[in-house]
Parts: sequence; structure tokens; C-alpha cells
Amino acid sequence: MSATSSPAALGAASLSRARSARRRKRADQIGDHVLYGICLLAALLCVVTIVLIGYQVVHGAGPAISKYGLGFLTETTWQPNFNQFGAGSLIFGTAVSSFAALLLGAPIAIAIGLYLSLLAPAGVRGIVAPLVEMLAAIPSVILGFWGVLVLAPFAQGTLEPWLHDKLGFIPIFGAPQTTGSSIFTASLVLTIMVVPIIASVSRDLFLAVPRDVQDGASALGATRWEVVRGIVLPSTASGVVAASLLGLGRALGEAIAVAQVIGAGSEIQASLFKTGDTLAARIANQFPGALTEMHKASLFYLGVILLAIGFASNLIAQWIGRRFSFKGVAAR
Amino acid sequence: MSPLDFDPTAPLTPSGNLRRRRALSRVAEHGATAAAVLAVAVLAIVVYTVVSRGASALDLDFLIKGAPDGIGPELVGTAVIVGIATAIAMPVGVLVALFLTEFAGNRDTHAIRLTLDLMNGLPSIIIGLFVFGLLVNHKQQSGLAASVALAIIMVPLIARGTQEVLLLVPSSQREAADALGVSRWRAVIGIVLPGALGGILTSTVLSVARAAGETAPLIFATSVFDPSRYSLNPLEALPNVPVRVFQLSEEANPEGFAEAWGLSFVLVSLILFASVGARALLARNRRKLGA
Repeated sequence: MSATSSPAALGAASLSRARSARRRKRADQIGDHVLYGICLLAALLCVVTIVLIGYQVVHGAGPAISKYGLGFLTETTWQPNFNQFGAGSLIFGTAVSSFAALLLGAPIAIAIGLYLSLLAPAGVRGIVAPLVEMLAAIPSVILGFWGVLVLAPFAQGTLEPWLHDKLGFIPIFGAPQTTGSSIFTASLVLTIMVVPIIASVSRDLFLAVPRDVQDGASALGATRWEVVRGIVLPSTASGVVAASLLGLGRALGEAIAVAQVIGAGSEIQASLFKTGDTLAARIANQFPGALTEMHKASLFYLGVILLAIGFASNLIAQWIGRRFSFKGVAAR
Repeated sequence: MSPLDFDPTAPLTPSGNLRRRRALSRVAEHGATAAAVLAVAVLAIVVYTVVSRGASALDLDFLIKGAPDGIGPELVGTAVIVGIATAIAMPVGVLVALFLTEFAGNRDTHAIRLTLDLMNGLPSIIIGLFVFGLLVNHKQQSGLAASVALAIIMVPLIARGTQEVLLLVPSSQREAADALGVSRWRAVIGIVLPGALGGILTSTVLSVARAAGETAPLIFATSVFDPSRYSLNPLEALPNVPVRVFQLSEEANPEGFAEAWGLSFVLVSLILFASVGARALLARNRRKLGA
């Protein structure tokens, strides 16, 4: 077509082509800037949200913070009717239930990670690994509901009496109560929630241990356990600790399932079989019914404590993860 | 045949120290296997309980009618809340992931990832407190507030999942686009995003599965509702599945338990179905992108 057109027409065509190219270039520049702008905006929105969350929670707690100060942390009475609030027993309950869950859950989870990465045949691994992750997908409210109706009666009727019989000389295994709602039951539910998190992270860690080092150890006559004990665990220890911290963070912050099974007690007791309460569960249980401003502010104060603990455990886990150059600790 | 005065198999069976080490190793192996079996057994018990107690309550009436005969309003309410949350979280999550992979320098990447990890690690009850302070206090409860809370939970999940697949898009394709003089935004819209679409969708589905069961934030945002009435208006408190299960379990009224089991059954099957499907898709996608 251009072969038949006159030089003038050709010139006009190339001029218009140049013009449209310039227009397109400008459009592209604008497009680039717009895309960059909205991407940046989305990223800033996340940062702003985190800051706002911190601000709102602290702001909501304002009246309680100015009234009680740091004494709130050690005060153990919680009597909304008398306008007396303190987080002591709740911090105790949170610490005990979470650490019990971690103590019980971490070894199991690490064993599952070892099984999935080193022992299981490929076919079995392909089935068991998703099943373990499905455990994490079950909503906490349903796990808690199951805990109330199935686990708690079992714990109260079978597990607790047995433990009390065999190990009753240790004060934490006191006499079982009439209902199954107890710190013990809450710890069991939390264990179920923590295990899949730690298991899937530690499995990835163990899979990343170089195969030839393990084979070398085997060739020198090490048994499978000695390979694990001598090579796999030491080389991944920091990652496993980070994974456990991640699980701990989850356990500390779980509100609903714990609220359902822990029994909302307010005393500090040695026995795991008595009722207790945690920071998060207390907020979930009492917030809808909180009438006075001070009650609400105190619940917000519990949130501040929770937020501080949560940030701390998260940051420490990340610090350990990054420090020892392990990718994906925080990925779930 | 004369009896041998030594046992020819003797050197082949371990003895003494080696025997002890072997035994220890076997104990450890059995222990690890037992742990895996235990986890699967717990899952089986939970799912079995939910199915056996929930399925019996299930029929069409139960799915459609309002309380006390059915769970229709809760299902619709949860769908509305999660739908709006997805509409908020998906664009934000994808854009954040784009920012991380396409635009951000080292320091920005570091800061944004830290933010996302903190968001991901936030106890959901804290998000509930935040939404209460921001959107509910001095106003009224609303499905919209619940959606905002769920969106905060979903954004880091979508962003991280999307970022993973964006990084899998072959760099040769980007370089080819650059060589042809294609501008950044055209390359992103025409090449990078379509390549990552499957991954974006699966991570969104996974985050929906996670958000649909979240209860703690909804207690603040939308807990005072009438479970017998259908509502689609996100500006008022919407009936929803998780809070209803929570309320029924706290009431400790055996008649409510049947309804709660039915709700649990529907929720669990939807969530497990979605997450299994999404994971299968994700695996397929990864293979296709050659990772």
C-alpha cells in the first residue's frame, strides 16, 4: 500500500504515526505512574492499618491505663460489679495454657515434621501432609464447640482421673472437677491448633537439609535416629525454635476456642484441672456484655497486653528466622 | 549333616552397642510415625463428630428456613460478609504483591513484608477490638465492619500467595517485553498478571476459607442479630455462621446443639472443600510455571 502512495501522503502518514507514538508514550508514562501510585497506596494502606490498630487499641484502653497504670498487670481481682479490674490471673492463665500447649504440641509437631520429611514413603506423604494442614483449616469456633461437647467430657471422665491417680503427687494434676471446663482442656484444644503450624514449617525446614550430608552420615554407619539427632535437628534448631514461637503466638492470641472450654475462672491455682481464663478469652466472653466504660476500657487494656505479647513473639520469631537465614518462617 | 560349631548368620545380626543404637532408632521412627497417626486420628475424630452429628439435621428445609428450624439467614449473612471482605482484600492484596515484586526497593520490601507478617500474626480478637473502636463504637454493628475485619485478616494471606506466584513468572517473559519496548504497566497487565492469575485465585480461595470461620472479630462487629430473618443489608448486623455457633455453644441448651452441629457441618465441609480444591489447583499451577 505504501508503495503506491505519493511522497506527501507518506510524510503525512509517518508524521501521524510519530504523533500517535508520542501520544502513546505519554499514555504509557501516565500508566506507569498510575500503576505505581495505586500499588504504593495499597502498600501504605497496610502500614497505616497496623498503626491504626495499635492506636485504636491503646486509645480504647486510655481510661483504664490512666486509672490503673502498670499495677493492672499484677492485680488479680476482676470484679466488674465493683469496678475493680486487674489482669494478673488472666496473664497467668494465658501463660500456663499456652506453654502447656507448646510443651505438648511442639514435640509432636516436630516428630510429624520428621516423619513427613524423612520417613514417610512418597505416596503416604502426599496424603498425610495435606491432612495435617487441614487440621489448621478447621475454624476455631468449631474446634471449641467440639471441645465442649466431646473433648471436655472425655478429659473430665477419663484423662484427668487417670493423670490424678498416677501423677497426683505433682500439684498441677489436682482432683478433677465436676465439669470438663479447665485450663487442661483448653491446653489440649490449643495443642490441636498449634501442631499443624509447627509441623508444616518444620517439615519444610527438614526437607531443606542437604541430602548428601545425611547420606554421608549414613555411610559412616549412623542409624536413622543418629542422623536426625546429629545432623538434621542441630542444623535446623533455630528455625524450629522460630516455628515454635509462631505456634506460641497463635496459642496466646486464640480467643474463641479457649473461651468455650476454659470455664472463665478468675483465680490463680496450681491445678491444671481447675477453671481459668486467658486475656483473649476474657475479651471475647465479656465484651458483648460490658456496660460500663471502665469495664470496656479494661478489656481494651487486656488487648494492649495481648498486642504487645503478640508483636514481641512475632518479631522475635522473625529475627531468629532472618538471623539464621531461613526463608518463610512467617508464611503459613 | 554335621552341626556347625559357629553360627554363619552371627555377624549379620547386630549385637551389643549396635543393637542398642538400632533399637533406639526404631523407637524414634515408630514415635514419629505415631505422632503423624495421632494428628490424622484427631482430624478424623473431629470431622467424624461434626459429620455424624451435623448430617442428621441436614435437609433442604434446614438449609433454607430461619431459626429455630433452619440456618438459611446465617449462611446468606456469612456469604455477604465474606463476599464484601474478598472484594476489599483481593485488590489490595494483589496490588501490595505487585508493589513488592515490581516496584519496591530493598528497604521498602523489608518494611512492607514486616508489616504483612505483623498483620498475619495479629490475634484476630485484636482486629475485632480495632474494628469496634473504628466502626462500631458510638454507631451500630454492621456487616460492613465485619467485612473490614475479615479483609484485614485476608490481605496478608493474599499478598503473600500472590507474591509467590508473581516471582514464578519467568523473567525471560519480562525481559522479552522490555526488549520490545513495552511499558511497565502494559507488561504487568498483559503478561505478569495473566501468568499469575491461577495463583492469585487459589490464594484468594484459601484466604476465604480462613476468613469464613473467623469468629472473634465478628463478635464485635455483628453479633446482635435476629437469626430467624434474612438480611442482605451490610449496614446492619447480619446473622452469620461462626457467631451463631459460638452463641449456641455458650447457651448450653441441648436443643440448640443440633442447630450448631448442622451449622458446623456446613461450614466445615465448605472450608475443607475449598482448601483442598485450592491446594490441588496451586500444585498444578506451580508445575505449569515450572517451579
